[in-house]
Amino acid sequence: MIGNFVGVVFDGIAYGSLLFIISIGLSVTMGLMNFVNLAHGAFAMLGGYAAVVAMTRFGVPFLVTLPIAFIISALAGAILERLLYRRLYRASHLDQVLFSIGLVFMAIAATTYVFGSQQQPVQLPPFLRGQVHLLGLDLGTYRLFLIAVVIAITFALTWLVERTRFGAAVRASVDNQQASAGLGINVYQVFSLTFALGSGLAGLGGGLGIDVLGLDPTFPLKYMVYFLLVVAVGGAGTIKGPLFAALILGVFDVAGKYYVPQIGSFIIYFMMVAMLLIFPRGVLGKRA
Amino acid sequence: MGLPTQKWSRAEIAFWLIPIVAFFVFPKYLTLGSQIMIAALFALSLDLILGYARIISLGHAAFFGIGAYAAGLLAKYGWGEPLTGLVVAAAAAATVGLLTSFLVVRGEDLTRLVVTLGIGLMLYEAANQAAFITGGVDGLSGVQMRKLFGVFGFGLDGKTAYVYSLAVLFIVFVFARTLVRSPFGLSLRGIREGERRMPAIGVSVRRKLVAVYTIAAGIAGIAGALLAQTTQFVGLDSLGFPRSADLVIMLVLGGAGHLYGALVGAAVFMVLQDYLANLNPVYWQFWLGLLLVLIVLFARGGLLGLLQSVQKRFGASRR
Repeated sequence: MIGNFVGVVFDGIAYGSLLFIISIGLSVTMGLMNFVNLAHGAFAMLGGYAAVVAMTRFGVPFLVTLPIAFIISALAGAILERLLYRRLYRASHLDQVLFSIGLVFMAIAATTYVFGSQQQPVQLPPFLRGQVHLLGLDLGTYRLFLIAVVIAITFALTWLVERTRFGAAVRASVDNQQASAGLGINVYQVFSLTFALGSGLAGLGGGLGIDVLGLDPTFPLKYMVYFLLVVAVGGAGTIKGPLFAALILGVFDVAGKYYVPQIGSFIIYFMMVAMLLIFPRGVLGKRA
Repeated sequence: MGLPTQKWSRAEIAFWLIPIVAFFVFPKYLTLGSQIMIAALFALSLDLILGYARIISLGHAAFFGIGAYAAGLLAKYGWGEPLTGLVVAAAAAATVGLLTSFLVVRGEDLTRLVVTLGIGLMLYEAANQAAFITGGVDGLSGVQMRKLFGVFGFGLDGKTAYVYSLAVLFIVFVFARTLVRSPFGLSLRGIREGERRMPAIGVSVRRKLVAVYTIAAGIAGIAGALLAQTTQFVGLDSLGFPRSADLVIMLVLGGAGHLYGALVGAAVFMVLQDYLANLNPVYWQFWLGLLLVLIVLFARGGLLGLLQSVQKRFGASRR
């Protein structure tokens, strides 16, 4: 029973890690550009499909498909930011919401047209399959791998934001765009790079998540709530907030579906509303 | 923009003649016609909160669904009188609207968006799980309507449904029109334009937003009830997210904040959907997405906004 419980928590953490890696880009774009981008999941989906195509059509090994997923989504993000998103930074939130829902619809329709509406398969390499016996518990190898990747990425991101010149520029731009521009920071370039980075991470998460989240054309809509929730609860513009929110969300969702399957996803929606009531600006939200 | 008056202009009267003429000219499309009226009524309710109070809601279908289930259940279990059904549905939806409005009005755009979305999804899940009441995914069937005023039955020709929907739409429209041109409506516009300044002139922003959210929920409930009564069926999709999203699209397509934009947008959307979605639902979604992107990039005011700017240009060149 205890082992069972630990197993559920472990699965929840793995699931939450995945949510974090996909949502972190959304948190940054929301904090940095104050842009409500509901199409963020579409970049994750793109990464997922890029990984699947690389694997099934070109026989690329699984681990190599992950950087490919990252690069393709980052490129797509950079291009779309230049062409479209940039025009809407000053638009109202409503316009941004409509615009990004439009993108989601187009992404879903285009993906259905190209790949069909079925779930995409993923073939994990043998060393990531099966279970590992650890401290008297049987833990899924792939989930351990997920957690490890996310820990690595979190450290890398923290380093990037807190220790590098680019990170300093990002933090300055989040705090005060005008003053940063006045200090000679090319704010628009910072926007472009962070947008591309965020999209790339979403793509990486999409590729990593095929085995856990599944992959079909409705992906961006199906998980939109989760990404939004991570950002809204975690507070936009930070790394720790979304991480915390994603882990809580992951654990509660998995535990809810395991212990009380009859109420299904109800628990997550309820939690979301409850958390937003307690923390209307996010758990660690910084914008007052 | 001067102070609004309650007087009806000629263009408005002409506008309302269109559905009456359509009744005689397109007798084969009456079912689509009543669907348009219902969508228009629903879009009208969203316009009150989105167009006038600038609350972004992605879960407005919750109230539509509550109205639909309330009216449907009432009729299924013996009370099939349509008008009282509408009243009960409106009351049910408005009650839930009032209760949830407190959650919605606090917080900013992103929080509101997520909260409305969450409430909508919660109700969807609840209705899905409570299949013994709602019929779950199979929908609620066996809705038995009595004759309207004891005379007009809801037949297959759709005549009663059309006239009934049109009449309800018109009555609610007159109410909404009066509302937005009242001092209450003006203060809503004030909140839309500058939420922080309104308390300075003595307006309780919170209370106004709660009031308009509750009213809008009630109207959405009436729209849902109309759908349940005229089709004698309630599907789970009446609560779903796609319905909320389509609704927002209708409103911005027509132009938010005019009331008429909701009506025009709903009509154009439903007719387009009727043609395109029958060809291929996937393409329809693609075009819908493209349409949204284009509206945001090039036509922020929607169709009515375009019409106004054309009118302005035309008026200027005439002078």
